[in-house]
Amino acid sequence: MSILIIKNADKFYGKNHVVKSLNLEVDDSEFLTILGPSGCGKTTTLRMIAGFETPDKGSIILKGEDITYLPPYKRHVNTVFQNYALFPNMNVSENIAFGLQQQKKDKATVDKKVTEMLAMVRMSNFAKRKPAELSGGQQQRVAIARAVANNPAILLLDEPLGALDLKLRKQMQFELKSLQQQLNYTFIYVTHDQEEALTMSDRIAVMNEGVIDQLGTPEEIYNSPSTEFVAGFIGDINKLSGKVTAQNELVCNGQNIIANTKNIPNGKEAKIFLRPENIFITQSNNGIPGKILQTVFAGTHTKLEIQLSDGNIVHINEPVNSERRYTHGDSIHLEVKQHTAIIFE
Amino acid sequence: MKAWLRKYSLLLPLVVWLLVFLVLPYCFIFIQSFFETDSFGKTIPGVSIDSYQRAFSNSLYIGTIFRTLIYAVLVAFLCILLSLPLAYWIAFKVKRNKTLLYTLISLPLWVSYIIRAYAWKIILGKEGLLNTFLQWAHITDKPVEYFLYSTFSTIVCLVYILTPFVAIPIYTAFEQIPKSLIEAAKDLGAGSFTTFRKIIFPLALPGIISGGTFALVLTMGDFLSPLLLGGPNTLFISNIVQNLFGTSNDRPLGSAVGILILLLIFLILGIAARSEKKLSSLKSDSR
Amino acid sequence: MNTTSLKNFLVSFSGIAVLLFLYFPLVVIVLFSFNADTVNSFPIQHFSLKWYSVLFRDDELLQSIGTSISIALISTAVALLIGIPAAYAMHKYDFKGKKLIDKIVLMPITLPGIVTGVAMLSFFPFVGVKISLTAVTFGHITFLCAIVVTQMLARFKRLDPYLEQAAYDLGATPSATFFKVILPNIKTAIIGCVLLCLVLSMDEIPVTFFLIAGNNTLPLEIYAMMRRGITPEVNAISTLIFIFSTTAILLSMRLNKEK
Ligand SMILES: Nc1ncnc2c1ncn2[C@@H]1O[C@H](COP(=O)(O)OP(=O)(O)O)[C@@H](O)[C@H]1O
Ligand SMILES: [Mg+2]
Repeated sequence: MSILIIKNADKFYGKNHVVKSLNLEVDDSEFLTILGPSGCGKTTTLRMIAGFETPDKGSIILKGEDITYLPPYKRHVNTVFQNYALFPNMNVSENIAFGLQQQKKDKATVDKKVTEMLAMVRMSNFAKRKPAELSGGQQQRVAIARAVANNPAILLLDEPLGALDLKLRKQMQFELKSLQQQLNYTFIYVTHDQEEALTMSDRIAVMNEGVIDQLGTPEEIYNSPSTEFVAGFIGDINKLSGKVTAQNELVCNGQNIIANTKNIPNGKEAKIFLRPENIFITQSNNGIPGKILQTVFAGTHTKLEIQLSDGNIVHINEPVNSERRYTHGDSIHLEVKQHTAIIFE
Repeated sequence: MKAWLRKYSLLLPLVVWLLVFLVLPYCFIFIQSFFETDSFGKTIPGVSIDSYQRAFSNSLYIGTIFRTLIYAVLVAFLCILLSLPLAYWIAFKVKRNKTLLYTLISLPLWVSYIIRAYAWKIILGKEGLLNTFLQWAHITDKPVEYFLYSTFSTIVCLVYILTPFVAIPIYTAFEQIPKSLIEAAKDLGAGSFTTFRKIIFPLALPGIISGGTFALVLTMGDFLSPLLLGGPNTLFISNIVQNLFGTSNDRPLGSAVGILILLLIFLILGIAARSEKKLSSLKSDSR
Repeated sequence: MNTTSLKNFLVSFSGIAVLLFLYFPLVVIVLFSFNADTVNSFPIQHFSLKWYSVLFRDDELLQSIGTSISIALISTAVALLIGIPAAYAMHKYDFKGKKLIDKIVLMPITLPGIVTGVAMLSFFPFVGVKISLTAVTFGHITFLCAIVVTQMLARFKRLDPYLEQAAYDLGATPSATFFKVILPNIKTAIIGCVLLCLVLSMDEIPVTFFLIAGNNTLPLEIYAMMRRGITPEVNAISTLIFIFSTTAILLSMRLNKEK
């Protein structure tokens, strides 16, 4: 069942069309990530759900109720802000209690909930500290506890880990994911980090220039991107060109490739998108011929940059423990794993 | 909508207050400048340009306006002259306690005008500090009379009072110059003075102009310094306005002169704003 | 000494000299307030506190202090009540005429005091405000609005914009947000603003000069004392004002800097 439906939402900032006729259905209890490059309209979309922006057209429906024009303080959703926005004049407990007090809950209920929330985010020992006396990661936890304390129907998170350093970010990704599973809440999570999206989400909505290009599970998004943008934005990819010769057959640099050609007619030029892990160097002579341009050692593997005979450049990863060593100028042949290439017209 | 109502109910008290107690008074002296006076000096409503004619035909008014303008230019120039080394020193030479020094130059801004003016009475008076010191040191053998109650003392006081107004924008402009530019100039072989003349001064010019304009405009509107420290012949245009509203009681003429001061000030502000804008746009172009 | 260090010395020397010029007159007042003599001549022969005791027996002066304090308190309170909500609205909403209000509110500071003074003098009687201490108070409220609006607007701008949104997000109504989140966070700025307003009102002359009738305010009483001839008593009261203003302004600057 959909807990939230966005129908044909449009948002303009002056003449700037930021969100374009956007449709999105969010399932109950899922971890949905809105993923896209900076400036594509993710924050705007989230703010429309939270109530800080009103769509110029379209509607937003939460649990069957139209909330398009409801002010933020009357919506049953809560936000974890990127900079946390903890109230500097209140300590940790007071921050967490704030939302409950607004609902005029009695003191005993508030105290109980605050204690529970503090334990949940492992901040019980810091209850009386002011936000300024906490580290980034701790502030982050308080911000989450404060938002969750209200029992929102949906928790909105706008790049909540953006301000943390890499190590802490990895740890918090894990914590957030397990928190979501434990609470069984609906999370709408905004990020521009594709790796973060892939590891955390149940489903990902890939957004580009105000439009959702594709909505699907991380596997679907990774393995069968529906647009060139999605293919290019998620994971590493090589872009080659070829020609469709028959249904599900293409020729690329004189070699046949088997892949889903969708409904591209025979004889048409096509773009071939290939993940690095689906291209290998073959010892036989009937692969795509190429020349090694550069090799870069990267720990577990070596990155190879290869120029094909048609001039296209391909990057692949060669396991370090492979027997062969390649150097600049070596001629090699490449083999493509069947049914892995993604084809666009 | 409710938000709409909230917005206007928050603003309304201020808007009404400003309208009644500020905007309408300003409008009213504009209107009053077209009123007339009868032979007993009573103000009669009407529409006449008599006051403006009198203001322009009598050299007392138009002449004093120009004399005040010259004084104002002099004051502004002296303030800039004093502010440059002060601001330069704090911006580029002082390493520690910069904030303290900045506080020290901005603090006098807020200290009572009358006290700061009064201090010069003690210093410059006939039996004051300077004269008694000069005699004590046998530099002079009798008091120098023109130190106090003269145009000299008035100008000294205005320069003293207005220097912080000028020093602050100049200091801010100095601080905003990227240190890398100065280092680049030095790296390319420019000495301190060349760096100042070719890099620092041009880049700080908008700040210098804005500070100078402050001094200029504030001098044009000042009536207290001449009143407290001026001599019998020291006359600034504001004193004339003050007299026309006081002893001479010719409000239409006073209003007309007041409006002329305002117009002159708007003109100065306009020119300053335009040249500042031009200079800053030049600056960003060359980046 | 080589030329570089000579140049450095000259720059620093002239900078320090100008700074001393800014404080020398104030130091002179303070020193001479302890001068036992009636003339402010160099060098000071005897020190004494007698002018301070004269001060506390000067009924007119004491009364003017009372007058100034009342005017300052009333006009500061009214200016805050009018100014803070307006500054909040100007920070929060966009509307036509915002720039205009911004310009108008600053007019008492940007335009010469003499014009503001005579304009108020001419117009106030038309709205039933006779030339009196009431008129002075109204004049002070008007120019303090400029201070309150600019100071508070600057504070609102520095406030994390997401705090307000976070409060809404957690279900706080606009008024709850204002009183529980906004107000506690601008408290120090308000206190700083109050101090500034009190000092400025207690020192104001140009507008007061034209609107006053009856009792003098403190600066006008000092002005009157000065016209009567330099009385060393003025040194003493000036020193006290200087100490009071400096303390209040430094405190205000510090409070305004606080997050
Ligand atoms: N308040 C605003 N006023 C005008 N333009 C805005 C505003 N907020 C965002 N934008 C513009 O809308 C576009 C989308 O912004 P945003 O939703 O913040 O993108 P994202 O979160 O995906 O980086 C950007 O081009 C941005 O410049
Ligand atoms: Mg964003």
